[in-house]
Amino acid sequence: MTWDTAMPEFTMVAALNAALREALANDPRTLIFGEDVGELGGLFRVTEGLQREFGRERVFNTPIAESGIAGMCVGLALAGWRPIAEMQLDGFSYPALDQIISHVAKYRERTRGRAPMPIVIRIPSFGGIRGKEHHGESPETYLAHTAGLKVVVPSSPLDAYRLLSLSIADPDPVIFLEPKVRYSVKEQGELTVEGPAIGTARVLREGSACAVISYGAMVERCLEAAERLAGEGMECRVVDLRSLVPLDVETITDSVLATGRAVVVHEAPRTLGMSAEIAARIMEEAFDHLEAPVMRVTGFDTPYPPASLEQYYLPSVDRICGAVRTTVTWVR
Amino acid sequence: MIPARFSTGPGQVAQLAEHAAENRGVGSSILPLATQHMNGADAVPDEESSPPLIPPPVQLVAPDGTSAGDFDVGLDPEGLRELLRLMIRARRLDRECCSLQCEGELTVYPPFEGQEAAQVGSAFALGADDFVFPSFRELAVAIARGVDAVEYLRYHRGNWHGGPYDPIANRFAPICVPVATQIVHAVGWALGAKLDGKDACSIAYFGEGSASEGDFHEGANLAAVFRAPVILFCQNNGWAISVPLDEQTAAPIFRRADGYGFPGVRVDGNDVLAVYAVTKTAVERARAGDGPTLIEAVTYRIGPHTTSDDATRYRSEEEVARWRERDPIERYRRYLLGAGLADEAFVADCGSDAEEWVGEVRAGISSLGAPPASEVFDFVFAEPPATFARERDRFLDDLGHGDA
Repeated sequence: MTWDTAMPEFTMVAALNAALREALANDPRTLIFGEDVGELGGLFRVTEGLQREFGRERVFNTPIAESGIAGMCVGLALAGWRPIAEMQLDGFSYPALDQIISHVAKYRERTRGRAPMPIVIRIPSFGGIRGKEHHGESPETYLAHTAGLKVVVPSSPLDAYRLLSLSIADPDPVIFLEPKVRYSVKEQGELTVEGPAIGTARVLREGSACAVISYGAMVERCLEAAERLAGEGMECRVVDLRSLVPLDVETITDSVLATGRAVVVHEAPRTLGMSAEIAARIMEEAFDHLEAPVMRVTGFDTPYPPASLEQYYLPSVDRICGAVRTTVTWVR
Repeated sequence: MIPARFSTGPGQVAQLAEHAAENRGVGSSILPLATQHMNGADAVPDEESSPPLIPPPVQLVAPDGTSAGDFDVGLDPEGLRELLRLMIRARRLDRECCSLQCEGELTVYPPFEGQEAAQVGSAFALGADDFVFPSFRELAVAIARGVDAVEYLRYHRGNWHGGPYDPIANRFAPICVPVATQIVHAVGWALGAKLDGKDACSIAYFGEGSASEGDFHEGANLAAVFRAPVILFCQNNGWAISVPLDEQTAAPIFRRADGYGFPGVRVDGNDVLAVYAVTKTAVERARAGDGPTLIEAVTYRIGPHTTSDDATRYRSEEEVARWRERDPIERYRRYLLGAGLADEAFVADCGSDAEEWVGEVRAGISSLGAPPASEVFDFVFAEPPATFARERDRFLDDLGHGDA
């Protein structure tokens, strides 16, 4: 990537912070709350400065009560507010699953559309930060499996700004999974909501040898793998899904039509991970175009390992390259 | 033996009552009664094993219908009679629903017989803008709030989820089956009303079994921290399906409020006037910006947990008979007659009014057809994902008629 000193640059934290600030400024019905989101600005500083700027009624700390935080979103939405809640960490968001599954996701259906739920629940997620246990979870399957939720996962700062802004504006509940390991990565450009909507994947690199499909922090590794494979004469088409619900089946299918091959990459465990769904969709939509089985590069069916072992668990550039080579050289 | 320092209950009732006295005066008349320890054992489900120093529930009318003293709950005679009319309607419809379930007109139904005073009395204390967050046994609350009974019963008809068609217009949230989850919704709504500067409160209904759930504790703490205008209304009906109170909790539920920093009150849940007065006081506290109140209404579920339950497997006929003697409607009927506030003709009118109304509700329910098949999909998303829309379209195409 070229670096233009005249262009502004943003970390993902700064981009997310800007999206939240604008939401608070533009819509007086938006509220931000969660554990430590006030003066501290959240564990990762995504809400830094917002309480000071917008006051303690718009941006406030809550007790440590994840189910209560998610449940209050429902009540606040019923009262006409647009809640933006922060779960402190992936592994600590599980107490909220009852409220998310039973109410946040279903309330619109349970009220025959009379009670819309324009709720955003942000969850710093995924591994790669040498964190303690419960700090490297990939909760997306639980959420994507729940009807009524949208599940959004940004991979880069500028797109994180766009996706969070769009999520806040969305009339349906959105679970926004932020890849912690990408928080401090910088990207140059203008912050804008113009561009692809939620539900539209981005093709980040063109190629005809194989489609490499991913989301979140693993997108960067897929791009690295594609760069290495290009040196071996294999040009990969790299797809950043951006949202898991809606899932852009059209772009996935088009990528298989263009390449005849697909490797799906995520750090969540393999069994029933998003790659299982994506592989099944490819079977339904593009079976006759496949030159090789869809390959998966994923975390293992193990708990997320301790920091000194996480490099084995996370899909590495080597593992991604290996899967692409296997796919490309597949002999029936 | 519970040390004396834990006997905070009467003090909290007094605090609640004193607060009301400062504001509108409802509680001032309760105060002496609440602290006299009158007839309390009558309403404690398990009096033999109750530890000492648990205060008796607030009670204004004794089980025999006599009043314990002079009091004024702030209702005119018409309002006082309306409570009886609503309770009689509620019981009549509750029994009709059990019949309708037997006839296959309703799916499984949770009867509330015995809890009419707790539900009607508390609902009657609410203002028009106040928001009810029910569990699944609060049909009498819905009736007292003027919710259309046929709309409500569409839930039990199996026609739709939720309850009344428009929860926001009805100030009545969807019927909530996941135990205690509605409590935090009520807290969220109350916080929203407070942020809006509205003069309104919410009330969450739940049972003593729900009070064991995490959402009860999270909700109570959040309500206290945010000083949210919410009433946590526990109907302690003695049984959580088959689990009795003493296997559910080792301490009186109202006392938990103390740990969160707001008043908790125990009220005789079969005394409609006491329930009304205590709830009214809590509503006024909420409106005055003083935050939440926990009310434990001690009552009894005369019927099974639901029409699918067999309560004879876990409790005795004698226990049920003891509670039938404390029937809330009979108690209140006697009180009204004894106090000269109503005559036998009025009571008879209530019966015929209920009969006629329930006939209309039955006809309304029986005439309900199944909703269109498209409703499997219609309300899930405001902006459905493409995959979702495609699945829906295929389903409708397969049915052979695009609009189902």
